[in-house]
Amino acid sequence: MGSAPVSDPVDPIDPIYVSDTVTTAIKILVVGHFAVGKTTFVGTLSEIRPLRTEETMTQAGEFVDDLTGIPDKTTTTVAMDFGRLTLNESLVLYLFGAPGQKRFTQLWQDMLNGALGALVLTDTRRLDQSFDIMGLLEEHGMPYAVAVNQFDGAPMFPEAEIREALDLLPETPLVTCDAREATSGAGALISLIEYLQTRTPQEQG
Amino acid sequence: MTPPRPRHDRGLVRPYVVTEGRAHPTRNTLDLVALVTAVPDRPLNGLSPEKRRAIELCRPGALSVAEMAGHLALPMSVTKVLLSDLVDSGHVHVRPPVPKAQLADARLLQEVLDGLRSRF
Ligand SMILES: Nc1nc2c(ncn2[C@@H]2O[C@H](COP(=O)(O)OP(=O)(O)OP(=O)(O)O)[C@@H](O)[C@H]2O)c(=O)[nH]1
Ligand SMILES: [Mg+2]
Repeated sequence: MGSAPVSDPVDPIDPIYVSDTVTTAIKILVVGHFAVGKTTFVGTLSEIRPLRTEETMTQAGEFVDDLTGIPDKTTTTVAMDFGRLTLNESLVLYLFGAPGQKRFTQLWQDMLNGALGALVLTDTRRLDQSFDIMGLLEEHGMPYAVAVNQFDGAPMFPEAEIREALDLLPETPLVTCDAREATSGAGALISLIEYLQTRTPQEQG
Repeated sequence: MTPPRPRHDRGLVRPYVVTEGRAHPTRNTLDLVALVTAVPDRPLNGLSPEKRRAIELCRPGALSVAEMAGHLALPMSVTKVLLSDLVDSGHVHVRPPVPKAQLADARLLQEVLDGLRSRF
């Protein structure tokens, strides 16, 4: 079956179920260019072993259920990692890590739909590779914060220079983070949520 | 150049084993974080192996649509079709995640913030 996704057809891991008391599930996207640390970020914060799915798409961005008659070059595989974080007895947060893509797909639609916001991971050696993804989020009205993953040997720039290079709006949060450390990753998410709060009419009383 | 649209080009289309032929479901509305649980005591006869696996998976407790896809090792698109069918046939129950109007709700954001701060 061409669309069979993961290497192991039967997941051997017993699922850890969402607690009965949970009434609300929300999602945040963790996006960015190739090898920027998306999988690491999601894995570091997730309380379950992160899961992964893959979709085979045509170049036109349509799902492929059956590869009969479709030459290899016209399909691409899109992988998505996700993890879960229980925030209190009634609320869980899902983190979805997905690569940027030239074409908008149903999978992107599904991820954007109902997401609170996005964290764009970036790397100072390849800032320009974040443009596509930031453009996509803007097009769909998805608010985002930017987190610079400081890789070993990557140049350090003053914040103002990074802002300028990425052409960020003055209000867009820019933080540095190490995707390998939970407190650091959580700090980046906190910056995103604090930003979302500034966009929400404050409740009185 | 627009690439050819393969699904119109195929003369003989192999049946879609998993989704029983519906690659483009009319109901594409399941949220990736909607929580799925099996409805107890529903007969399973006549269901495909994938559907049975899906039901078994969410019998002990709730999982999101995305987690179902991950554990079943099926693409998200296929999982959504399976689950839509199982909702229609009364085998699974899906709890919508959070109404859109509440997404930017100040209380919800504060809860997320408090949760993150208390955990890390
Ligand atoms: N120094 C440093 N290394 C990191 C950080 N985040 C990830 N890495 C390393 O960078 C490499 C790539 O990380 P991944 O998490 O696989 O990146 P990804 O974005 O999921 O990559 P693709 O899915 O292939 O696009 C791994 O070797 C990580 O250990 C970070 O914040 N700092
Ligand atoms: Mg990855």
